[in-house]
Amino acid sequence: MTQYVATSPGLYPLPDWSKEQLQDLKGNQREDLIDGTESQEIESVYAEVREELIARQQEAELDRIVEGQGRWDDFIAHPLAVHDSVETRGIVRYYNNNNFYREPVVTDELTFDGDVAAELDKASDHVGAGLQGVLPGPYSLADLATDDYYGDEDEFLAAIAEFLAGELDAFEGVETVFLLEPSLVENPFENDRGEQVSTAVDTVASATDADVVVFPYWGALEEHVYAHLLDADFEALGFDLIADHDSNVYNAQEYGTTDDVALGIVDGKNTLVEDAETVRERIEWFEGQTPSEEYGTVYATANVELSYLPVSKFEQKLDALGEATRQEVVA
Amino acid sequence: MTREQFRPDDHPHDHFLLTTVVGSYPKPKWLHRARDLWNDEDSKFDDESFDEAKDDASRLITNEHERAGIDVVVDGEMRRNEMVEYFAHRIDGCECNGPVKVWGHNYFDKPSVVDDISYGEEWLVSEYEFTSDVSQRPVKVPITGPYTLASWSFNEVYEDEETAAYEFADLVNEEVEQLVDAGARYIQIDEPALATTPDDHAIVGECLERIVDGIPEDVRVGLHVCYGDYSRIYPDILEFPVDEFDVELCNGDYEQLDVFKETEFTKDLALGVVDVHDKEVESVEEIKANIKKGLEVVPPEQLTVSPDCGLKLLPREAAFQKMDNLVTAAREIEADLDAGEIEYGEAPVPADD
Repeated sequence: MTQYVATSPGLYPLPDWSKEQLQDLKGNQREDLIDGTESQEIESVYAEVREELIARQQEAELDRIVEGQGRWDDFIAHPLAVHDSVETRGIVRYYNNNNFYREPVVTDELTFDGDVAAELDKASDHVGAGLQGVLPGPYSLADLATDDYYGDEDEFLAAIAEFLAGELDAFEGVETVFLLEPSLVENPFENDRGEQVSTAVDTVASATDADVVVFPYWGALEEHVYAHLLDADFEALGFDLIADHDSNVYNAQEYGTTDDVALGIVDGKNTLVEDAETVRERIEWFEGQTPSEEYGTVYATANVELSYLPVSKFEQKLDALGEATRQEVVA
Repeated sequence: MTREQFRPDDHPHDHFLLTTVVGSYPKPKWLHRARDLWNDEDSKFDDESFDEAKDDASRLITNEHERAGIDVVVDGEMRRNEMVEYFAHRIDGCECNGPVKVWGHNYFDKPSVVDDISYGEEWLVSEYEFTSDVSQRPVKVPITGPYTLASWSFNEVYEDEETAAYEFADLVNEEVEQLVDAGARYIQIDEPALATTPDDHAIVGECLERIVDGIPEDVRVGLHVCYGDYSRIYPDILEFPVDEFDVELCNGDYEQLDVFKETEFTKDLALGVVDVHDKEVESVEEIKANIKKGLEVVPPEQLTVSPDCGLKLLPREAAFQKMDNLVTAAREIEADLDAGEIEYGEAPVPADD
């Protein structure tokens, strides 16, 4: 029998009270953003943010609880932005959004850092069960960064994968890990790089015993990308059914899926709040359209990171996800 | 042509390079303080006091543009808090639900379209009338364009962004009609969102058709697009029903200038000649060199001289100095042109076969 798990890809909007406080404490310019060495005062604001974001997920009765990634000023480029071997340069556009992140330029060997594991460790103080880690996938992180050290595209991708594997290996007590891979949709690789990319995903996914969800978004994967990705070994593949449900279902029909799937069925880029009924209908629709075998686990999630939303709407979206999976889904 | 109406009566040269600005200007610190007080529930600072503060700021900054010698002035958008939110508050069917992140700790109250939109409160007519009253010079009105209003809002209602953009365009048309009735003769449509999605230029073109519908021909309409890859929208934008394109090229050291030479530039070119993201003030000589870049694309009678974009992120003193030097440079180039000391025009770059 399918298990329905309410979760999210993380990267939450900061609570409004903290926006101003952090702006005052950190400043407004590019050089003021997170570099991994924040003061005690700033750290304590983030501790409060973390606690609040966790409590809100628990209130919504989500089955997986993320740390919230309040510190991730540079969206999913964060793990590099705080790394000693990385220089952050000018601000550049974050995918096709009116959002920007600092361009991370890798200037030295990517050694173990532990920044994200430390965040999760702090989060675990407030989470009884269902802790979920969030990391960029190797392809997206390599795509968002600039290489000034490794000198070869494939070598760089492999180094990013090794780095992420090291970070993931340090996660303690996580049940699920989301690897966010929007670049697989936005900037797909050529067919001849398929093996390198699936190896990179394998490298990261195999670094943990937790269930790994590879989560592409902003649309559907091109067919060759989809096929190569399924060569890697991970538990669940994500589908952004908000941005493009038809092509996503086509891929699943044509090439099959992982036994578990993550369905992006709540719109993280629109304030229109779905009710639980709509969320359930979207899950049923996907199940009805795709090969008839029963999924082991269906993760019900927002389709993209949630920091695009104002706080009130973000919270209502979490509530909708929690409520939708509390009631039995009629297949 | 629509530009001669802006030539000052006492203009010292035969040649006339129209000088203007894009719109926004650093607000005096006391105006920010006044807004904070007005927002503070415990403060006695009421609507009337805040209106007075905005009037004072508008008067002051309009005058600052006049002192710099700018030919067509603005009030530096002293009454506007932000370029999308300001309009959303005045449009029925839009609501704001709180700040969202742009980058780092920079946020804006991204509006949601929650119902069919319609013209609500007045947008800019009183801003225009006030600025005109306090200025001896002609006044330009910058308006956030419909494509940007649609792109930078959450759309809960319309089928897609294109449909929403056309709905906003009809409201902008209504506003421009009212501004023209009030005497405005120079309207600038700001479409920064086009830089993100240049493939949508046809949507912006259709929006502009709607905006100028019924607007008299002697009203000058400009389009400002900044920080993008202009080769993606040029020469297609020459088809748009506007008199002038305002572009930002100084920030990129005119690397994109050649884009505009490949096809004859048949509109007026409003060229950014000072960088708004660098507080270092360009010298008059540097700005003159930049103006000459514009003369490689269009003859003097089609050239408007302005900063790259709104000046609001600069320290106020730097903003003023940049305008001051810009005007001095433009007047010196005019004198040189009158004296026949500057040759302009360049053979078009031949198109690839």
